[in-house]
Amino acid sequence: MALDTSEVENIAHLARLGIDPADIVEYARNLSDILAFVEQLNAVDTTGVEPLAHPLEATQRLRADEVTETVEREDFQQCAPQTEAGLYLVPKVIE
Amino acid sequence: MNTKWETVIGLEIHAQLRTRSKIFSGAATRYGAQPNTQACAVDLGLPGVLPVLNAEAVLMAAKFGLATHSTVAPRSVFARKNYFYPDLPKGYQISQYELPIVHDGYLDIELDESTTKRIGITRAHLEEDAGKSLHEDFHGLTGIDLNRAGTPLLEIVSEPDMRSAREAVAYMKKIHALVRYLDICDGNMQEGSFRCDANVSVRPQDAEEFGTRTEIKNLNSFRFVEQAINYEVERQIALIEGGGKVVQETRLFDPDRHETRPMRTKEEANDYRYFPDPDLLPVEIGQAFLDDVAATLPELPEARKQRFMGDYGLSAYDAGILTASREQADYFEATVDASGGQGKLSANWVMGELSGALNKAGVDIIDSPVSAAELGGLLLRIEDGTISGKIAKQVFQDMFNGEGSADAIIEKKGLKQISDSSAIEGIVKEVLENNPKQLEQYRNGQTKLLGYFVGQVMQATQGKANPKQVNELLRKILDA
Repeated sequence: MALDTSEVENIAHLARLGIDPADIVEYARNLSDILAFVEQLNAVDTTGVEPLAHPLEATQRLRADEVTETVEREDFQQCAPQTEAGLYLVPKVIE
Repeated sequence: MNTKWETVIGLEIHAQLRTRSKIFSGAATRYGAQPNTQACAVDLGLPGVLPVLNAEAVLMAAKFGLATHSTVAPRSVFARKNYFYPDLPKGYQISQYELPIVHDGYLDIELDESTTKRIGITRAHLEEDAGKSLHEDFHGLTGIDLNRAGTPLLEIVSEPDMRSAREAVAYMKKIHALVRYLDICDGNMQEGSFRCDANVSVRPQDAEEFGTRTEIKNLNSFRFVEQAINYEVERQIALIEGGGKVVQETRLFDPDRHETRPMRTKEEANDYRYFPDPDLLPVEIGQAFLDDVAATLPELPEARKQRFMGDYGLSAYDAGILTASREQADYFEATVDASGGQGKLSANWVMGELSGALNKAGVDIIDSPVSAAELGGLLLRIEDGTISGKIAKQVFQDMFNGEGSADAIIEKKGLKQISDSSAIEGIVKEVLENNPKQLEQYRNGQTKLLGYFVGQVMQATQGKANPKQVNELLRKILDA
């Protein structure tokens, strides 16, 4: 399976990655190579094999429903570019 | 409504689960806290954190599954739903995709007094809620409050089984009542604890295939669900009949204009690229756990309704209304207890005077100024003949206005019914003497004038005479 340049652009957009248009052809080749490598798995007969949800064959531990966190807003907000009235400020997301 | 077209509706209901802490962190979930004081490192998606699933959220989902005849999956898997929005700090929402915790159930809704309809529940899955974006007053920026991020949600997806806005509302109300009965969601729609998206399409009456659907997002009242669907159905029919085509899209309902509008289209169609979340292991639920959950389930609305019909002799309709909410059903039963077991009378008062007064005052039944015990006390006075039903309504209003218990008001205002026969007999004779014309007509066969005389006596006693006694005495004297 080979990816074309428009698919690479779409993937970059979905991941919100800014890529240099000059690199797109190379990305397309690299990603296609990765897909081709993984595609070898399709040759394996998986009839009757349960899909694996996690490489560790263990099950989820649950925690008791208790409030264990304390308020650390001040610390967290120190690494935010801009805050006001306790809110994180970000560029406007609706026009 | 056009009869050539059939409406097809499916609902996705989001119910916030009433846990103390978040689904994957130990931060509190209390509503209305100061911004970002309930958003810990896990909720913020800081590097190196690990989500750990809340046992209570699993228990609540299992309760819902059992109560809707669904399969509670022995194994379910969390997945990442990838999209970018500032109130979703990780860049993905942890949800469930291929293997939800609950699937393939149903709920029966009442269409009228004698018809029920079965609505399929495709699935119900656990997921985390997003934060809140505040778009005003930040000098052109958006404010983000992540207190809600990570609050557990149960997303309940129905089959496209509903055929009208009315059915959709009936189904949504039924789910609302159920999550309240199960005590897994506070059901508060103003605060967004219970909201829904409606998938709506139309097709020619005899068509096999569904039409193209639109999704109306974030409906947070029963009224809006009804209005939005009705508008959308009309819009789609007009569009098709005008030669157009319905476009599959997400729309928003504008409650001020009573119309739906397309959401500003995102640059591309949603492509969430779900994959199993490597931070979380599969959730396994065993039969022993389910047996324990089943043993703790409260009496559910349908069972309670049947019991009300059997125990108190109520009609299916009345029992349905009384059990529509757990609070109202509890209030009713407490009233029955306090009134010495008067089921029918209690039902009439709870659905009549009480519900009317609460509606008028805009007060919820849990905040009723008249408690069930107090209402029961009033009904006792009707039953033992101390006051008539008519006077009782007057007493009830005073109780509702905070003037005290039924007994205190009856005493203070001298409303005690006159049950002394000789006193009533005196008044009866007086009334007959003062109405010789009517008396003559009665004697000439116009016996329905009895009602007139009863009215006169009641008026003369300001309603305090025992109507039953007045009737008996009048008959005795008139027919002597």
